[in-house]
Amino acid sequence: MSRDAILGAIRRGLRRGPLPDDQAMAVRARLASHPRHLIPARTRIPHTEQVDLFLDNARREFATTMRVADIAAIPEAVADYLAAQNLPSAFVMAPHPDLREIPWADRPLLRLHEGRAEPDDLVSVQHGYAGIAETGTLALPSGPDRPTTLNLLCDTEIVILSACNVVGAYEEVWDRLRLERTNAAGRFLPRNVMLVTGPSRSADIESTLELGAHGPRRLHIVLVDDPTGM
Amino acid sequence: MLATSKEFKQNAHHAMADRGLQKALARTRPQNPAKRAAAVAALPEFEQLRDIGRDIKNHTLQHLDFYLETWEANVLSNGGHVHWASTADDARAAVLAICQQAGARTVTKGKSMVSEELAINEHLEAHGIIPIETDLGEYILQIRKEPPSHIIGPAFHLNREDWEESFRKVHTHLPADRVFAEKRDIQAEARVLLRDKFLAADVGITGANFLIAETGSSVIVTNEGNGDLTQTIPRVHIVLASIEKMVPTLEDATSLLRLLARSATGQEFSVYTTFSTGGRLAGDLDGPEEYHVVIVDNGRSAMVGTPFQDMLRCIRCAACMNHCPVYQTVGGHSYGWVYPGPMGSVLTPSLIGVDQAGDLPNASTFCGKCESVCPVKIPLPNLMRHWREREFERHLQPASVRSNLALWAWFVRRPALYRTATRLAAWGLSLLGRKQNRLTSLPLAGSWTAGRDLPTPEGDTFFARYARQQRNAR
Repeated sequence: MSRDAILGAIRRGLRRGPLPDDQAMAVRARLASHPRHLIPARTRIPHTEQVDLFLDNARREFATTMRVADIAAIPEAVADYLAAQNLPSAFVMAPHPDLREIPWADRPLLRLHEGRAEPDDLVSVQHGYAGIAETGTLALPSGPDRPTTLNLLCDTEIVILSACNVVGAYEEVWDRLRLERTNAAGRFLPRNVMLVTGPSRSADIESTLELGAHGPRRLHIVLVDDPTGM
Repeated sequence: MLATSKEFKQNAHHAMADRGLQKALARTRPQNPAKRAAAVAALPEFEQLRDIGRDIKNHTLQHLDFYLETWEANVLSNGGHVHWASTADDARAAVLAICQQAGARTVTKGKSMVSEELAINEHLEAHGIIPIETDLGEYILQIRKEPPSHIIGPAFHLNREDWEESFRKVHTHLPADRVFAEKRDIQAEARVLLRDKFLAADVGITGANFLIAETGSSVIVTNEGNGDLTQTIPRVHIVLASIEKMVPTLEDATSLLRLLARSATGQEFSVYTTFSTGGRLAGDLDGPEEYHVVIVDNGRSAMVGTPFQDMLRCIRCAACMNHCPVYQTVGGHSYGWVYPGPMGSVLTPSLIGVDQAGDLPNASTFCGKCESVCPVKIPLPNLMRHWREREFERHLQPASVRSNLALWAWFVRRPALYRTATRLAAWGLSLLGRKQNRLTSLPLAGSWTAGRDLPTPEGDTFFARYARQQRNAR
């Protein structure tokens, strides 16, 4: 009932019935081609500069970053970070095949378990799908190998990201998802895609910015230059 | 929420004497425009993006029925549910039915202005379901039983001492003599307390900044992460969205997102921008099992095809109120309903009637700042003028306003008389105010001069000066 009333009222306002076929074709074509609009010039730079811009922008939004040469260097980087923050060396890790390739056993003191985050997990290690240089934003599509709770429940989130997955603008992530994931029904988005720019914050108390509102207080990005093996 | 927009003048009067509010306004008044200006300066393409944003929204509104149907088909094929609601009653009933179906006892909520508009909390409470606001600002307002005073900083009007007092009063399980050394201690207390609520809730309700027809997604934008916890932990996620949130594609949403945070808080991008597309999929370890969208009209479809269609472009960034000299003087509560500031002065009469909210479009100096900062270029002053005209046509103003207007109209239609009289008046006024260059009281305008001074005319009338310039130009 409401459905017909709403659509009917819109059509009366537009002084027409259902969209005529020729116009509907044009609108369907626009949906199918999903044209890009203006892409800011700051993103149209060589890839090495995009990586630097991504890290700069992430730090400006209060993330911390660390750059490592290859996956062999990741366990030490994570262990050092946790020690520097006085955090326990235990974490919950996304069950992602790339993360399983990391030689965690090189640092036997690191205790990890895979899965979604539970309320008493203090640290999560997440797999970064893409980094967006434009604003230092991480793209984290949900899935069995990338649980959403890892982005939300822990005090500290560590994201492992390959430098080759840094892109310039948000639109490049949409096209990558379309290319890699479109199924027979035309669906390419998982249940949830989080774009994350820095750690959680609020300015609700006297318009003063404070980190650590409801989500992670710390966001640490480990960027891997050579992801061979992952 | 019960509208007190009719009492705007009285509300504004109280607001100007409210020291807490004036302290808060003094704090934010310079901050917000400066933050936006810095963000705009850092993106050279910003002005072009405003045109793009306007055009995307206009295109969508011209095909809104088509995009709503496309979006619905995609939500359904993703396994989600769509509930159409023509009126606030329909929307409240739909939300309640989903909550009851889920056997909900507690419901967490992300910040949603349409939820305020529909008074969802009151409805749930009346049926024994406990709603819990989780946005920090909304949480304290729920404790204090106050409405929001700003569409993105709902509790900006409160000062630190208000927060401490309310937390001590309500969080009675904590030691009464605890010290809040820093503002972050207040935030930390809310974080711990609300974490338990997130985990216990049966249903999570969020709003939507955008709906995407192409993918059947809803988008929320937050800095705290409360909206994400709300929509991730409970078994059922309900999205409340009004019809004008629609955009065609991810690319369209992305262009508008480039405008939103910069216009709102001066951030380049909000911390969490999340695209939700249906419930949990095979193999997912978390996320809600059910995904419902209640799609709300509540007066908006009647704006399509009228001059007020432009208002449906609004993306709720709050730049207009952050730059409005009236809002910045009287705060948000004065406007008497959910949407304050210039966008509220245009939208509120559309949704609750110009007979209820006629004062709002009059509460403007027409300085034009709101339109100049609007990310989707809504002609706000022009739309307020439209409401003033309708108010006049419907004889809704006080008799004194109408008779004075009639007198002025009679006068202005007699140009020779008008020019002579204004020349005499300008001369008389400048003589009266010669000493201090301003007049602190005027005959017949005592209530006007009670709040402000009239600068004395500098000799000539505008007409005379204009005529002289024209002559000199030749």
